[in-house]
Amino acid sequence: MTTTAPGFAEGTGWQGIVGDWSADKQAFGVPWGKAMMWIFLLSDTFIFSCFLTSYMKVRVSTTIPWPNPSEVFALTIGGQHLPLILIAIMTFVLISSSGTMAMAVNMGYRRDKKKTVALMLATAAFGAMFVGMQAFEWTKLIEEGVRPWGNPMGAPQFGACFFMITGFHGLHVSGGVIFLIVVANRVRTGFYDRKGNYDMVEITGLYWHFVDLVWVFIFAFFYLW
Amino acid sequence: MYLWIWLLLFVLSTFSYLVDFFQFEGYLRWFLILLFMFLKAGFIIAIFMHMAWERLALRTAILVPPLALLVLIGLMWIEGDYTEVTRFLFFGLPSSG
Repeated sequence: MTTTAPGFAEGTGWQGIVGDWSADKQAFGVPWGKAMMWIFLLSDTFIFSCFLTSYMKVRVSTTIPWPNPSEVFALTIGGQHLPLILIAIMTFVLISSSGTMAMAVNMGYRRDKKKTVALMLATAAFGAMFVGMQAFEWTKLIEEGVRPWGNPMGAPQFGACFFMITGFHGLHVSGGVIFLIVVANRVRTGFYDRKGNYDMVEITGLYWHFVDLVWVFIFAFFYLW
Repeated sequence: MYLWIWLLLFVLSTFSYLVDFFQFEGYLRWFLILLFMFLKAGFIIAIFMHMAWERLALRTAILVPPLALLVLIGLMWIEGDYTEVTRFLFFGLPSSG
């Protein structure tokens, strides 16, 4: 499924790389927006990696034991004490949103406006649900006394790490929800028909999958570890 | 095809959750957490984000730089360990074992 745009070399494998980088018009044979989004996601990867790495460093270096995430994030529903249940639900919500997003991109290829819009808005709805649940998590922990400078459950650095990492991630999700709604609206009004391509749907998809990807790492390192 | 990967992601997430539910400990816990995490990440990047079908130039430009992060992680691990030991020594705290 490689695209052939004018002005760059053909060839696959290592020869393809040499051809791409030495081409005279463009390096990658993909639409500009897509390449730019990938580069942005690369930079964002580094940012989140800095956060997670510093979290690791902080957690390794505390003299007081780190709060047990299983316990901190447990909920009692209907008398049953369920560890990490809200986080599990949040993970499923985000994966569902990735699924609807992938289908939206598919529908975008087929120029099926109605389905693309519906699926993008479904993705946005899942995203909004996720942010709502994260906000609930925040209020619950703040009520229990978790602050960036201390908490009653263990190492004082826990709060700072938690709020910083989940805060930035939640911000990215929220931005993504707005992004999705704006692009879905543009699809609906035929903006991309006039433009000639539905690339933006795929680019939005890339961003959204990145958001899910970051959650996979946060989930594994912060909540499970 | 997306649906299969989607289903697979749900399954892997359930496994991840079960690691905590069944209270695995020690190296097994870490190994399973990392395994499921990388599997999920791999599938999301390769299939959902279409990377498997992109040009090799783009793939290497995006996927190779994050490998440098392994160096950072390694260095910070050593740093964190050193900080902890120094804190115990300097503050004269009892060792948590």
